[in-house]
Amino acid sequence: MAKPATLGRQQHLWLLAAASAVLAPLTVDLPKGLALGTSLILLWRAASLWRPVPVPGHGLLTLLALGGAVAIAAHYRTLFGRDPGVALLLLLLALKLMEAKSGRDGHAAVLISYFLMLCQFPYAQSIASAVMTLMAVVLTTTALVLINHPRRSAPGALRLSAQMLAQASLFMLLLFMLFPRIPGPLWGLPADAYAGLTGLSETMTPGSISQLSRSDAIAFRVEFSTKQPAQDTLYWRGPVLTGFDGRTWTAGRVPAGSTLPYATAGTVSDYTVTLEPHDKLWLFALEFPGAIPSDGLMTADYQLLAKAPVRTRLRYAMRSYSGVIAGRDESPERLRQARQLPAGTNPRGRLLAQAWRAELGGDGPAIVRRMLDYYRNGHFSYTLDPPLLGANSMDEFLFDSRRGFCEHFAASFVFMMRAAGLPARVVTGYQGGEINPVDKTLTVRQSDAHAWAEVWSKDLGWRRVDPTAAIAPTRVERSLAAALPEGEPLLARPAFLWLREIRFRWDALANAWNRGVLGYNPQRQRDFLAGLGIADQDWQRQVSALAVLGGLLLSAFAAWALLERGRNRDPLQDAWSRLSRKLAGRSTVRPGGQGSGLARRPWEGPHDYAQRISAALPNIAGEISIIAELYETMRYGPKTTIARTRMLQELNARIGRLSP
Amino acid sequence: MPSSDNNAPLAGLIRQAGGVILGKERQIRLALACLVARGHLLIEDLPGVGKTTLAQLLARLLGLRFQRIQFTSDMLPADIIGVSVFDRASSRFVFHPGPIFSQLILADEVNRATPKTQSALLEAMEEGQVTTEGMTRPLPSPFFVIATQNPSHQIGTFPLPESQLDRFLMKIELGYPDREAERELLGGADRRTMIAGLTPALTPDELEALQQAAVRVHVADAIIDYVQALVAHTRSSSDYQFGLSPRAALALLAAARAWALLGGRGHVLPEDIQAVLPAVAPHRLRCSGQIRRSAGQIAAALIEAVPLP
Repeated sequence: MAKPATLGRQQHLWLLAAASAVLAPLTVDLPKGLALGTSLILLWRAASLWRPVPVPGHGLLTLLALGGAVAIAAHYRTLFGRDPGVALLLLLLALKLMEAKSGRDGHAAVLISYFLMLCQFPYAQSIASAVMTLMAVVLTTTALVLINHPRRSAPGALRLSAQMLAQASLFMLLLFMLFPRIPGPLWGLPADAYAGLTGLSETMTPGSISQLSRSDAIAFRVEFSTKQPAQDTLYWRGPVLTGFDGRTWTAGRVPAGSTLPYATAGTVSDYTVTLEPHDKLWLFALEFPGAIPSDGLMTADYQLLAKAPVRTRLRYAMRSYSGVIAGRDESPERLRQARQLPAGTNPRGRLLAQAWRAELGGDGPAIVRRMLDYYRNGHFSYTLDPPLLGANSMDEFLFDSRRGFCEHFAASFVFMMRAAGLPARVVTGYQGGEINPVDKTLTVRQSDAHAWAEVWSKDLGWRRVDPTAAIAPTRVERSLAAALPEGEPLLARPAFLWLREIRFRWDALANAWNRGVLGYNPQRQRDFLAGLGIADQDWQRQVSALAVLGGLLLSAFAAWALLERGRNRDPLQDAWSRLSRKLAGRSTVRPGGQGSGLARRPWEGPHDYAQRISAALPNIAGEISIIAELYETMRYGPKTTIARTRMLQELNARIGRLSP
Repeated sequence: MPSSDNNAPLAGLIRQAGGVILGKERQIRLALACLVARGHLLIEDLPGVGKTTLAQLLARLLGLRFQRIQFTSDMLPADIIGVSVFDRASSRFVFHPGPIFSQLILADEVNRATPKTQSALLEAMEEGQVTTEGMTRPLPSPFFVIATQNPSHQIGTFPLPESQLDRFLMKIELGYPDREAERELLGGADRRTMIAGLTPALTPDELEALQQAAVRVHVADAIIDYVQALVAHTRSSSDYQFGLSPRAALALLAAARAWALLGGRGHVLPEDIQAVLPAVAPHRLRCSGQIRRSAGQIAAALIEAVPLP
């Protein structure tokens, strides 16, 4: 098949274009040095097609390959795994193009390009990546066509490639809809595949959430099927942090089960959450969930957990109740943990708390009020850029700096409650979210990450207290952007309305993509097939349905191809046949003339035909001779620059006007 | 693209020739087209229908040097090509060129000569040059052979084989004149005198220009498709024992180009192909079946069997 033909400049250019299209989406996820290096090699090759730029010989190429491999190994500290593998392949592609001379080299480069297109899907499955991959497929296929048909014009090859993709896309759709789906990924990805996902963690130090708040990435999306609760009640519960060592809050080990540890009560909210992968166990839900998802668990401190880390986008339906009173019969052990403080740290805070306790005599709500008043009246301010804190971080925040983000307030609040003898813990998660006016979904971003407190009392169980709301009520009532003073750097604050509008539209589109394309799981496939009338499906039925539909599609293509071959695709010939059809009904004037009318005989040329018509119908002789002349010039005359389309229009118009 | 000034002398030429050979305008045009296409012409007909007159007329009107060779069964190649004779004065052999060293040759009754003599003529036609005794001598230009033959079933003939027939671009029949034309002929002046009174309508240079213009006549892809369809039909249909060769297809195109030029067109129409087909195709085809059909019938059947692409 592959002739050892040499590659011309055109083939080289298309191969380079294809390689660039393959490289482009990967640059986001791979080291910048590699992207720069491969781009330079591609540019070097492109330049060498016009100017006598020396192309490296075998020695230098080997050196480059080895050097690149060493650099990649040094960067990742290994040559195994997904990232180093992709990086090596990319380097290989660039160097292959550098030395490519024959059609065989071209084929190798095309194969690597196709493979690298697949490699970008573990990194991103967004609309943008799909569009870029389609472009890369078209470009690479064009290069392949040009390698095999060197005489083809580039636009022709491009058209052919796009046509092939369009034909294949029908089969792609069919396979996508009908191929039996299995839950989870087809194969395991290497361990490094989930590095770099952002989200909450099981520990909290001052500054960790304010860092997260700078990220605009989406945490999850929510669609309410019942009325959406008020913005300031949207507390999406995440990790609960009970352990404290004086500076860092940790989650600790809590037993988990599949039954609700509380009784449901209050207003019901039904909604569906589409959770972005975060490589942790938490499933986020409004406080408090009324049911546990079938493959989920709930811990004793009311965290909803998945059984395996969330590594693909996850969709689950939830129901929450607003009036739950949880934990009135909390175990003494857990209450002891929720009072624990490391000895010897933050003495000033402890002293103040003990003074309050002595004054108010263990009245929990009064102590909480006193603490919130302390925040309100103590010139505290809410900021994304709090000053760094030292060893006694709570004391420094409460008495000196008095500037902090939600984690400072939540942590110091819990600290003070514990110091005053009340069981309390930090709860992290997300608060609020942004309604997309385009598709009415609520988008919760990393910048909505939040920390609040829970205080236990005998009557009310665990009750939520959000000290941030005492300082910056707008944070929970509206959003982070509204609560922050002017001038604070924040990605979440869109500068212009139109930008906001575009972002909303894009989000809605991405959401539809996630739901419809990426979220097409076995359950949705079953629903879809049931909608088609295929009930109780098993994989055999699905495969046979696939075979039947695929066969039908193929026969349709074959029939179309046959039909296309038989049909007269030349508009000029169509026009000429139209004239013949128009005159076919006319019998000749002379009685006893030809019975078949004035239809053109199959072998009759335009000149003879015009003469025959003129003889039979002298009234249109002049018009016919013009028509025949036009046809004759266009069909048999030399190809000239005169406007053929205009002539064809005139021909059609004249034939249309003709009334024999 | 031929301009109209190419056609004015041609039209005059055809009119003048039509005045001498009456009612045979189509054959005159074909003969002219054959000449313009740089081909050679074979006229097959009974004696006395005007074959010689046509040749003389064309030579006169085109201003060409004319030679007539009467073929007989005892003729030798040297009688056509020429012979070297020892000249005592210079003590050398001197070549005395034969009648073939002329611009227009009328090879009369070519099928009465032996195959050896026939092939001497036909080789000269093909090569445009003559080689004797190691010397190659070019024939004059233009070089145009009009050969006549009697219908091959007559006694004392050596029919030309297919391979030799293929050397002739066209083979035409003159046929008897119709009643009116014959009456005019009988009542008119002597043809020989009439020809002598004519003045050449073209110079050899103008003829050369015409031949070059014919090559430049445009042939559209659709015409090539048509020629291919015609040729393919003769090869696949059971009506023919063997079909038309690629050389026949080339001949068809060349003749059609010349015919289009005579018609004042810069491009070939299917009608041009159909017009020259009866002269170009039938002598290169062998029909199956017992019934002998005329060239016109064979051509008409072929034309009607192949639709225009």
